[in-house]
Amino acid sequence: MKKQLLLVAIATTLGGTLMAGSVQAATLDDVKSRGHVQCGVTSGLPGFSQPDENGNWTGIDVDTCRAVAAAVFGSADKVQFTPLTAKERFTALQSGEIDILSRNTTWTLTRDASLGLNFAGTNYYDGQGFLVSKSLGVDNAEQLDGATICIQAGTTTELNLADYFRTKGMKFNPLVFDTSEQTVSGFAAGRCDVLTSDRSQLAALRSKLEDPSSAVILPNIISKEPLGPVVRQGDDQWFNIVKWTLFVQINAEELGVTQANVSDMKSSTNPEIQRLLGTTGDMGEKLGVPADFGFRIIQTVGNYGEMYERNVGPDTPLGLDRGLNALWNNGGIMYAPPVR
Amino acid sequence: MSLPSELPPRQDIGVIGWVRKNLFSTWYNIVLTLVAAYLVITSAGPLLNWVILEATFTGESASDCSGEGACWLFIGQRLNFFIYGFYPDALQWRVDIMFGLLAVAFVPQFIERFPRRKWFGIFGLTGLPLIGYILIPGGWFGLEEVQSSRWGGLMLTLILAYVGILAALPIGTILALGRRSDMPIIRGMCVVFIEVWRAVPLITVLFMASVMLPLFLPDGVNFEKLMRALIGITLWQSAYMAEVVRGGLQAIPKGQYEAASALGLGYWRKTGLVVLPQALTLVIPGIVNTFISLFKDTTLVLIIGLFDILGAVQSTITDPAWRNVTTEGYVFVAFCFWIFCFGMSRYSQNLERKLDTGHKS
Repeated sequence: MKKQLLLVAIATTLGGTLMAGSVQAATLDDVKSRGHVQCGVTSGLPGFSQPDENGNWTGIDVDTCRAVAAAVFGSADKVQFTPLTAKERFTALQSGEIDILSRNTTWTLTRDASLGLNFAGTNYYDGQGFLVSKSLGVDNAEQLDGATICIQAGTTTELNLADYFRTKGMKFNPLVFDTSEQTVSGFAAGRCDVLTSDRSQLAALRSKLEDPSSAVILPNIISKEPLGPVVRQGDDQWFNIVKWTLFVQINAEELGVTQANVSDMKSSTNPEIQRLLGTTGDMGEKLGVPADFGFRIIQTVGNYGEMYERNVGPDTPLGLDRGLNALWNNGGIMYAPPVR
Repeated sequence: MSLPSELPPRQDIGVIGWVRKNLFSTWYNIVLTLVAAYLVITSAGPLLNWVILEATFTGESASDCSGEGACWLFIGQRLNFFIYGFYPDALQWRVDIMFGLLAVAFVPQFIERFPRRKWFGIFGLTGLPLIGYILIPGGWFGLEEVQSSRWGGLMLTLILAYVGILAALPIGTILALGRRSDMPIIRGMCVVFIEVWRAVPLITVLFMASVMLPLFLPDGVNFEKLMRALIGITLWQSAYMAEVVRGGLQAIPKGQYEAASALGLGYWRKTGLVVLPQALTLVIPGIVNTFISLFKDTTLVLIIGLFDILGAVQSTITDPAWRNVTTEGYVFVAFCFWIFCFGMSRYSQNLERKLDTGHKS
C-alpha cells in the first residue's frame, strides 16, 4: 500500500509536467474508428443542454456537437454526450475523454492560453445582466446603489458584479446562494432586490417565478461572455472541422439556406451556395470530411438561425431575442469568414 | 365464596384508557399533546391540499399544471427518464428484468413463512449481480451494447449502491481480520488502507476518480467514469465496513477463540465457523446503518456529472417550459430514497429479532 502511494505521488508529479498537450493523437481518426463524437455538455441548463422528456439531449450547445457529427459522419445521431460539471470540464477534454467541450464556456485569455485548449468560435454571445422586481421601479442598473443582490456562489458573476459596482462607485450587499434554484427562490421570497446572472439564464430563472411578468431584465450588460465549443490544442485538423462547422451554419443563414430548402438549394446557381453545400469545389476534402459536409450539417441540424430559434429564440420558453447573436448584416455581431 | 372477577374500571381500558395513560397522564403531557395536535391539524389540511386535492395528476403538457397544488404531471411525464436515464427505450426491458429479479430476491426476505427464502437471498447476492453484469451493459450473446454513459436515474442509483454494498462487505471483513492479524506487514497494510480511505471524504474520492485519475493514465487507456466512481465508492465503503466488522470481532469473548483452538480448528475454520458468524450477527445494526448511509451517499456522484436519480431530477426541474416544479422533484426523490432506506431498516430489524442478538430475553 505504501508503495502504491509512492507510485501515485510520482504519477502526480509526472502527470503535472506532461499534462499540457500530452494528447496529440489525431482526433478525427479516433472519432472515425470509434464511430461517434464524444461531446461534453452541461448537466442541465435550459436552452443550452438539457434532457427532454424522452431522454434526448436538446439545446444550442447540443446542436453544435450534432452539427460536427453530421459533418464527419453525415448523421447527427453519431454523437454521445457526457454531462460535466464546471470543475471537471477542462480535465475531461485534456485527458481525451471528450472530443469537443460544448458546455456554456466563456472564451477568456487565461483559458485559451494556459489550459492547452483552443476555442473554436462563439455560438452564443452572452453577458451578465440584472433581474429586478417591477415594483422596485428601477429601469437602469445605475440606480441600484445600496441594493441587496442575489448571486450564485463560485461563479465569475460575483467578480464581475464587484468590478461593476466599484467602477460606478456604488455599494451593494451580496446574498450568496449555492444553486440557481435557491437563488431564484431567494429572489421570489423578496430576500434581495436584484438577481444577477448571465442574461440567457435570467430569462430561464424569470420563467420560474410565480408571476414572471412581475420582474424585468434590465438593459445593462456588465460583462462579455462569448460562449462556444472548445477543443484540445495540438490537433489543428479537428480544430478546423469544429470551427468551420459553426462557420458553415452561420454562412448558411446569411445565404438563406435552411433545413427546409437545402435540397432545392443544391441546384442553386449561386457559387457561394454551391461551395457551401459541396456541389462544386473540394472544401470538404481540405478539412478531411466528406465533400457535402455543409449540405449534411444544414440538412440534419439547420443553419445558425434555426438552431437559435429552436432552442433559445423568442418562441421558446426562454424567449431570448437575437440581439448580439443576430447576423452582422442584421444588427448583430455573428460573422463568419467565407467558404472559398 | 369467591366473587367473580370484574373488568377493570372503564376509564382504564380500551381507547379511553390508552389515551389517558399515554397522552394525558401528567400536566406537561397534556400540554405536549395539545401543541402536537394543533400542529398536526393546522398543517395536515394545506399539506393534503397540496399533495392530493389540488394537485395535477393527469394532462398533456406543462400548461395543464395550473392549480395551486403539486404538479405531479411533471413527475409522470419524466418518470421514464428518472428511472432509466438515457437507456434506449427499446432495450429498457433488460432493466425491467433486473428490477423484477431484485424484487424476487428480496421481497421474500420480508415474509416470515416464505419457503426457501434463504435461497432467494443467496441468489440476490450471487446470481443477480452476475445476470446484471451481462444484461445491463450488453455486448454479450447478441445483446446490443449500451454504454454506461447512457445509464441513469433510479437504475444507476441502485447499481452504485448495490455494487458498493456487495463488494464492501467481503473486502471490509478481510480488512478487519487483517487489522487484527498478528502478522505485522499484513496488519500494517490494512491499518494504512483503512485510515487513509476513512480519512478522506467521499466527495474527494469521487473527485479524484473523475478529475485527477484520467490525467495519470497513459494515452488511450480511458476507462469509464462510472467504473472509476464504482471503484472509488467500493474502496471508501470497505474502509468503513472494516471498522464496523472489527467492532463485532472485538466483542467476541476470548474464550470463543480459545475454545475453537482447543477443538483443533485452524485459523480459517476458527474464523469462518466460530468467530465471524457471531461477530457479523452482532453488528447487523452497524452494517445496515453503513449500507443506508452509502445508499444516500451515492447521490454525491452528482458532482462528477453522473445522472443518478437526484441528478436526473435536478437537471430537468430547471426546464423553463414548466412552472416551478422544484418542490415536486425533491419530494419525489425523497420518497424514492425513503422507500429503499426504510425497507433496509425494516429488514435489519427483522433479522435482529430472528437472530435475537439484542440479548433481550
